[in-house]
Amino acid sequence: MGKYTVKIISVIIIKKKIKKFIYNLALGIPIGIVNGLFGAGGGMLAVPFLKKTGLEQKKSHANAIAVILPITLLSAILYLVNGSVKFSQAWIYIPTGLIGAILGTLILKKISPKWLKKIFGAFMIYAGIRMVMK
Amino acid sequence: MNISALIAGLLSGIIGAMGLGGGAVLIIYLAVFTSTQQLAAQGINLIFFVPIGTLAVLIYAKQHQIRWQTVLPLACGGIIGAFIGIFLADFIGGQLTAKIFGGFLIILGIKEMLTVVKRK
Repeated sequence: MGKYTVKIISVIIIKKKIKKFIYNLALGIPIGIVNGLFGAGGGMLAVPFLKKTGLEQKKSHANAIAVILPITLLSAILYLVNGSVKFSQAWIYIPTGLIGAILGTLILKKISPKWLKKIFGAFMIYAGIRMVMK
Repeated sequence: MNISALIAGLLSGIIGAMGLGGGAVLIIYLAVFTSTQQLAAQGINLIFFVPIGTLAVLIYAKQHQIRWQTVLPLACGGIIGAFIGIFLADFIGGQLTAKIFGGFLIILGIKEMLTVVKRK
């Protein structure tokens, strides 16, 4: 009897884990669509999804990077293969970008991104208007 | 050496590593302030983010910040979505993609500013 109960409980736990996996897999699809279509923005979409799974604000931002990294790698390869972009156009931004990445991880540890969001929000509205008018 | 390109890389790295949308910074710089085609700008950002994102993830993983059991299924779903998204971008073309991207930026920008106001 005892063994049997343990078996049933373990089956229920495995079923729950599979359900959770499929649920997260489904949530990942729109992140990939946005990231592939616009070449950006998947991370911004991943942050609120990650917060819903119970991660705190700062950790959600860190985990969002991990989510979009493999998606971005695949998307970059596809963009190179279909000829939308050449590697020679991109490399110049990488050295200072790497310095920025280290600074970014340090800043995220120290401060809340709230005030940065405000400045960034204004910049996005300005750039958005220019891109729609173009 | 183009100094504005180096600064754009630096800012995109900072904001990208913070998960705040560094991609938008680089694409906006390329599409608005240089004459780069929209799809090329998007491709540049994707290539750019591979080393930058890898470095950031390595740092966060060392700090034990990454919850892999949540990250992995999201990434798997995302890879399926990426094929759909790239097909769509090719299908509708760079010009229309740029306009939709711009529209999204305006909506997101307003949202970013409003959430800050609400929390005050």
